[in-house]
Amino acid sequence: MLDFPRWKTISISLILALGVLMAIPSLLPAGAAKYYPSFLPQEKINLGLDLQGGSHILLEGDPKDVAAQRLQNMEETVRAAMRSAKPRIGIGDISREGGKLSFLVRDVSQVDAARELILPLTSGAGLTGQRDWDIEVRDTSRIVLTPTEAGLTQALDQAMETATEVVRKRIDEMGTREPTIIRQGDNRIVVQVPGLDDPQALKDLLGQTAELEFKLVDQAASPEDIAAGRAPVGSEIVPYPTNPAGGTPIAVRRLGGIRGDKLTNAQASFDPQTNEPVVSITFDRDGGARFARLTQENVNKPFAIILDGEVLSAPNINEPILGGSAQISGSFTTESANQLAIALRSGALPVELKVVEERSVGPDLGTESIQLGLIAGGIGTLAVLAFMIITYGRFGVYADIALVLNILLILGIMALMNATLTLPGIAGFVLTIGAAVDANVLINERIREERKNGRRIIQAIEVGYTEASRAIFDANITNVIAAVLLFLFGSGPVRGFAVVLMIGIVTSVWTAVYVTRMFVALWLKRERPRELNI
Amino acid sequence: MKLLKLVPDNTNFRFLRWRHIAMGISIFSIIASLVLVGVRGLNLGVDFVGGQMIQVTFDKVAEAPVAELREDIEALNLGESTIQRFGQPNQVSVRMRLDGDNPDEVNAVTKRVTTMITKEYAAQGARIDGVDSVSGKVSEELLTTGVYSLVFAMIAIAVYIWFRFEWQFGVAALFALFHDVAITFGFFALTQLEFNLNIIAALLTIIGYSLNDTIVVFDRVRENLRKYRKMDMISLLDLSTNETLSRTVMTSLTMLMALMALLLIGPGVIFGFTAAMTLGLFVGCYSSIYMANPILVWLGVGPHSFVPQQTEADKAEAKLKEGL
Repeated sequence: MLDFPRWKTISISLILALGVLMAIPSLLPAGAAKYYPSFLPQEKINLGLDLQGGSHILLEGDPKDVAAQRLQNMEETVRAAMRSAKPRIGIGDISREGGKLSFLVRDVSQVDAARELILPLTSGAGLTGQRDWDIEVRDTSRIVLTPTEAGLTQALDQAMETATEVVRKRIDEMGTREPTIIRQGDNRIVVQVPGLDDPQALKDLLGQTAELEFKLVDQAASPEDIAAGRAPVGSEIVPYPTNPAGGTPIAVRRLGGIRGDKLTNAQASFDPQTNEPVVSITFDRDGGARFARLTQENVNKPFAIILDGEVLSAPNINEPILGGSAQISGSFTTESANQLAIALRSGALPVELKVVEERSVGPDLGTESIQLGLIAGGIGTLAVLAFMIITYGRFGVYADIALVLNILLILGIMALMNATLTLPGIAGFVLTIGAAVDANVLINERIREERKNGRRIIQAIEVGYTEASRAIFDANITNVIAAVLLFLFGSGPVRGFAVVLMIGIVTSVWTAVYVTRMFVALWLKRERPRELNI
Repeated sequence: MKLLKLVPDNTNFRFLRWRHIAMGISIFSIIASLVLVGVRGLNLGVDFVGGQMIQVTFDKVAEAPVAELREDIEALNLGESTIQRFGQPNQVSVRMRLDGDNPDEVNAVTKRVTTMITKEYAAQGARIDGVDSVSGKVSEELLTTGVYSLVFAMIAIAVYIWFRFEWQFGVAALFALFHDVAITFGFFALTQLEFNLNIIAALLTIIGYSLNDTIVVFDRVRENLRKYRKMDMISLLDLSTNETLSRTVMTSLTMLMALMALLLIGPGVIFGFTAAMTLGLFVGCYSSIYMANPILVWLGVGPHSFVPQQTEADKAEAKLKEGL
């Protein structure tokens, strides 16, 4: 016990000093931060949304949505390939039933040629050489394309990756500070925005796919057919809630329109004539040229502006629009026009996102919680500190110093890891303190016992430490097991609790066993006590 | 300075004399708890059943107008809702179960309720403090992962104890843990406090700390089994419990102080959490003496369970003598 090597003393002190240094930035009040030298560590502990207020939103993309989108793209690709083949390959009876694309090649002699053309379109983009689609020829002239599992997985992954980027852009455009946007699992995105009291606007913005299309109105469709849901060949029926003619749907031509993904800019503005909010968009060169052609060829015909499968408005093309910019009107409020402009600027979501979980905490409750939590935690800690001194005297003081160092160490490590402190995390802190105290109680009780059994001072202390350490070790390992499982299965604030618990258990055992041991060894060496008051 | 000694030296309580009665009480409480959970059910929060919870604080009044609020919300005709106080007397939570999984519908409901509250109760200083909405799918996932984490934690811990001690100790610890968890569930069924994700965290912590106690006693039992090879098992368990009694009391008291501070003045959001922890402290302490120990007796643990060998203490002493 007496021979506590110098290198150990030095390394323990160094680790402690480092821990305290790392804890300082998190403890400094906001005003004092600017006096803090910049060469020292700057990392601070993040406060969880439950402590500072803010919104946590979990978004989910539907894999079926991605699959359907992909099937539609494939159909368009196949149609284009067959059309541009030389000689042109006639196909018909196209069906997308059961998630498969199947079509009939009109001329049986062209089946092989069609197959050859499709083959390169169906191989995977990755290096694995896996196919995205399986090709099959049935009944000599029907070609069936079935998406492979690997292809679908990859498509979903890409769609979610893009969606995450789009979400990030949209939130950045809103000007909120320090959002956290993380992909989770196969098809989820976690969005955390601190200090946002009204998540409604955010949800509205993220819920919008913002897929803009311009399609020609099928004027040949009779109102009766539309009402009955029968679309003429080559057309589809699209809902039009703001239709001046009583909100009835209209029929639009399926092909020959353009998509609004070729934009360079979108801004909310006001129509100079009617003074109602509109969104002005600017196409890129390619999009501008296609838009010009569309309007040139269809002067005096109405075309529909479709957003996320709903017609916004269906104005007449009075004259060709050649400048590459256009104005979208459609019963907007200033706010919704602004939102659409942001959504269009940041691009369309490749998959519709639904809010499956939302947690928002007002900033007032957060502040209240942290204050009460700190006060309660402080009082609890002080009571424990006092109790230890009353019970164990000098050994209690050592345990208390170790405890305070332990708290600083936990804060320091959390700051280093950029961990988040949540409300249950504060509770975890208190429990960690309990564990640290328990370790010292075990040691000190054992020393008392050994003294009572007649061992000499140094021996009693030595045996006390070694014997108690075994139980401390076992007990804390089981706690680590609980904390790890909590981390693996928990979510949100509960994870914060588990993180504190894991860090805390390690530092508690270390400070309670090694650091106090160092104090005791140094004291024994210096004073060579004849009596042990414990 | 005279130091505080809560437990006198050389106590000799014959704890295990009451083991049959205690076991009867334990089994009764476990069954009663399970029946309570079955009959009354748990007041599951939105985390586990889906739906939404809106937290409101009435800043300008001492007590929240719960009855009025209930009427007003019922008048909106949005389906079943539960209004409960939480934390301070002027704070309430409004919970609504939502059928269907349409996020737009959920949004609309939230909007209607929050607008109504902020408008109608402006005079009482109503303030929306938080909105939680969880879809049915997510809540199902949270429930299954919660149950998994509890079950896995208990099994993993039992296996660890089996490796460090003997299989009988693992079984005894597992039963003690089951006792603690069952009674905590019963407590939540009885009080109808909201059972949410935080409570899973509390349960896992209770498991951890109940084990702390159990392991400390087990460790001493193992030591004494090597030391007193002829003592009968009951006396040996009593001796071990008495020897560790002072530590048990000290640790429980310090923990209790910290928890009491959180329970009495801590934020309302974690009231259920700390209440569960406080209960767990007592239940865990009891179970390590009266659940784990008798099971060791019944499973036939005795000196033969451990190969005789030098104890750590002997080794340390030998080393010291060498050094001196």
